[in-house]
Amino acid sequence: MLFVRNLLRDIKLMVNDKKAEIKNNLTRIRSLITKHKRHDHIFAGVGMFIIISLTITLLVLFLDLVFDGYPRFNLDFLTNFPSRRATAAGILSAWVGSALVLIVTFFAAVPLGIAAGVYLEEYAKKNWFSDLIEINVTNLAGVPSIIYGLLALGLFVYGFGLGQTILTAGLTLALLMLPIVIVATREAIRAIPIHIREAAYAVGATKWQVSLHHVIQYSYGGILTGVIIGMARAIGETAPVITIGALTFIAFLPPSPVGLEPPFINFEWLEAGFTVLPIQMFNWISRPQMAFHVNAAATGAIIILLTLLMNGLAIKIRYNIRKKIKW
Amino acid sequence: MAKLENPEVSPRLAKNLRRNILERCIEFGLLCSGIFAIFITLAIIYVLVSEAIPFFQHVSLYDFLTDTVWTPNYSIKHYGIMALVSGTLTTTFIALLVAVPLGTITAIYLSEFATHKVRETIKPVLELLVGVPTVVFGYFALMLVTPLLQKIYPDLTTFNMLGPGIVMGIMIVPYIASVAEDAMRAVPMAMREGAYAMGATRFQTAIKVITPAAISGIIAAYILAISRAVGETMIVAIAAGQQPNFTFNPVESAATITAYIVSVALGDLEHGGIGYQSIFAAGLTLLLMTLMFNIIGHAVRKKFAERY
Repeated sequence: MLFVRNLLRDIKLMVNDKKAEIKNNLTRIRSLITKHKRHDHIFAGVGMFIIISLTITLLVLFLDLVFDGYPRFNLDFLTNFPSRRATAAGILSAWVGSALVLIVTFFAAVPLGIAAGVYLEEYAKKNWFSDLIEINVTNLAGVPSIIYGLLALGLFVYGFGLGQTILTAGLTLALLMLPIVIVATREAIRAIPIHIREAAYAVGATKWQVSLHHVIQYSYGGILTGVIIGMARAIGETAPVITIGALTFIAFLPPSPVGLEPPFINFEWLEAGFTVLPIQMFNWISRPQMAFHVNAAATGAIIILLTLLMNGLAIKIRYNIRKKIKW
Repeated sequence: MAKLENPEVSPRLAKNLRRNILERCIEFGLLCSGIFAIFITLAIIYVLVSEAIPFFQHVSLYDFLTDTVWTPNYSIKHYGIMALVSGTLTTTFIALLVAVPLGTITAIYLSEFATHKVRETIKPVLELLVGVPTVVFGYFALMLVTPLLQKIYPDLTTFNMLGPGIVMGIMIVPYIASVAEDAMRAVPMAMREGAYAMGATRFQTAIKVITPAAISGIIAAYILAISRAVGETMIVAIAAGQQPNFTFNPVESAATITAYIVSVALGDLEHGGIGYQSIFAAGLTLLLMTLMFNIIGHAVRKKFAERY
């Protein structure tokens, strides 16, 4: 009797031990899980925090420019030439210069970029030569912008004798913008399904007709996005334009591209000296007087507003395309 | 069946012939635009090398690489590129110190943690940050960050490498984040599901499964960041001072290669003079540095590339 009772007691103890052990293990595992879940939450918090601070940084940067430059936000600032008196100085020559340079950039980079993109996607056979072009485009996108400035200085300014003109600056920025347009064009074209092309070929279209009437038409939105992003980058680009020797103090306007008498359009402005918005801003930052820093801030606010608007537009267009097009 | 009036020159074939010739011409035109990319690369190399050759006839390559003083505009001229390289490397290093952790965490967060909605909202914001012109970031470094740093460390001079380095880092974060995120999102879903099925948390999956699988893309992002930082011009030209100084101390002012080119270009440039040639020699050094980083990056990527 006693033996059996002892045995039962031992078994009970053993079972209890086992239970305790299981329970113990369970709490251990639970605490481990809680710990790892906590890591999850901590990381998510850190990630969110970093992203929010980045966004706030962008906002602070913009608001700081707006507040610093606030005294200059009036029409005079847009219609005055730079001056030795900070309060009377304006950005007329700078924004006109920027606009004219961008016109040249647009007409040089966009046709060339789209043509190269179409060639690589629609025409090029898969061989070492198209690989070579592709590697070149990728590498060009990674070359520091100031190197393009040096290229333009050696080639356009002195090699071709174009001088330090709007034409030179426009072509320089076009070189910078070219890879962006090519890459955007290729991505847009790649998204077009093959049966669109097959349908066109089936009714007897030539390769060029397919490319022009269908491929380029349907990739229009994607190309436009790339063009706008490239232009936004060209507006803010400073280093290459300084390198080709753009002037920092310009108190005259280039000849007007549009005349009142025939032939209405002239191209003298291409050969005019110029300055652009970011160079004007750089010039004002470099001066020791605080009053000029106000001008710099106001110019910065305008530049950043322009680039944000353009980039925002590009993002919006891309979003709309994604939503609209269902092949 | 239509009867042909002149069986020798069919009008239909003539039309086709014209059409085919036009097609060939167009194809050739498009090919030329493609070749233009190769032309630009060759032109860059040609211009930099041809202008740097007269420079190196004047200055020996040994002096160029070992001298630590860069004073082309003084009466006693020294051409030691290391004075500029030190500035470039220091600012780049500070920028990477800021950008690599922030960018990587952002990428992991966006790829593995964020909901679809959060990701779709944040990616455009990051793209906007990429679009901010560097001259504005330069203003930011000089007027906002450096004064802020001076409150913490009062001995800091107005021009220093720390402020611009930090701002450059902030500028680069979106580049790293977006490229690294693309790489992580390219990792097949099955790998994530496998990890989750074994009871791994999101964090464990991200660190132990996704990051190693995407490592070659993440390294590509870092290389892109280094190239950006090395070639960045306006931030350092504005906020780091333009005085060449052989130092790796971030609180001192110094010039980078890019800042030197800008400072020379701002002055009167005598075409063909030694000052003019020196910026091409500096530019060539810069190009070789970015090229070197790209080659190293390519090799590292190849070594770590995972197949799945």
